Amino acid sequence: MLQRALIFSSSNPICSQLPTTAPPDNTVFPKRNGGWIIPFSSYQLPAFRLRNYRRTLLPPLCSASDSAANRPNMASQDEQDPRISNISSAIRVIPDFPKPGIIFQDITTLLLDTKAFRDTIDLFVERYRGKDISVVAGIEARGFIFGPPIALAIGAKFVPMRKPNKLPGEVLSEEYSLEYGKDTMEMHVDAVKAGERALIIDDLVATGGTLSAAIRLLERVGVHVVECACVIELPELKGREWLGEKPLFVLVSST
Amino acid sequence: MSAYRDKDPRIHGIQSKIRVVPNFPKPGIMFQDITTLLLDPKAFKDTVDLFVERYKGKNISVVAGIEARGFIFGTPIALEIGAKFVPLRKPNKLPGKVISEEYELEYGRDCLEMHLGAVEPGERALVVDDLIATGGTLCAAMKLLERVGAEVVECACVIELPDLKGRRCF
Repeated sequence: MLQRALIFSSSNPICSQLPTTAPPDNTVFPKRNGGWIIPFSSYQLPAFRLRNYRRTLLPPLCSASDSAANRPNMASQDEQDPRISNISSAIRVIPDFPKPGIIFQDITTLLLDTKAFRDTIDLFVERYRGKDISVVAGIEARGFIFGPPIALAIGAKFVPMRKPNKLPGEVLSEEYSLEYGKDTMEMHVDAVKAGERALIIDDLVATGGTLSAAIRLLERVGVHVVECACVIELPELKGREWLGEKPLFVLVSST
Repeated sequence: MSAYRDKDPRIHGIQSKIRVVPNFPKPGIMFQDITTLLLDPKAFKDTVDLFVERYKGKNISVVAGIEARGFIFGTPIALEIGAKFVPLRKPNKLPGKVISEEYELEYGRDCLEMHLGAVEPGERALVVDDLIATGGTLCAAMKLLERVGAEVVECACVIELPDLKGRRCF
């Protein structure tokens, strides 16, 4: 077995770069015809709402939802693109993760379907290409999966928005609320310039807290956030309201 | 497959975009920061292209990217070569059934996880990360894939710190 690494070698003499709730047993879904089966059975309506956790009450519907009606240069996608159906069915739903009452939308199964993953990226690229967007900001870590391919295809730079103490350079920080307590998002200060047009990418929008923090970080340095884009929306958690007038584009709305 | 010795003209541009940040995450460490590479669309594209040119047409059906910077390089490569992307993650991030592999840190141990069922026996896999230092993380990644019967064709990183002798793991 041939095992060799790398493209180029650093002659840096100083050493290393140090490296920075189990699902219940019934969450393995059998594969059929190469795809994952999404269970349609036995959801219970949670007795309480949890902010910042992902959940769905019903099986995902297939729709592209676009709140950019006030932006005439962005085409509306209210008619469902035929690719959406496969994308939606490739997303696995896992109950009671990370804790009881939460229905987790798992995009890792989408990434195993090469056509559906390709289609996901294409749908975003078709929307944003030629719109003079120079920044794609991806939110750690699942935003790092969708953001870079989009950035590469539209010729924009990719800016990772990270948890604290991961970025090595000078950062800006933005706190945001969780259900209990707070978290912080960071961005390198010199990654973007005032006047640039940016897209923010994450796999899913729930309450919108994380996206809002990303918007604030970019706007603090004078960047214009053109739109937020996610694969999945949980509309019951009213993320769109929290984003206010900032447009949100999603491929799949789980209602 | 041989290590990259004849320098492609694109390498110089890529190398010049990587920022070295002293004393991060702690004094004495010179951190190789790839975020500045990502700010240069041409250099970022060249980086991905170099990997794609090497791996396209080699019947690789799995690209496994190590959280989190391995996601940044791994997904574009996977899309271009027509492979599925499998994230290898820190504990308790993946929602489905997982297998875990522990590995050594300088002080203590850490753990890498992969979804069961993501990779089938006999599949040919590539492991991608931004950097190889001691090789501990990459070795754990290889073990995870081999435990489910995949063949790890190669590990690919943007940067190597050769003084840390990561290659001895291979």
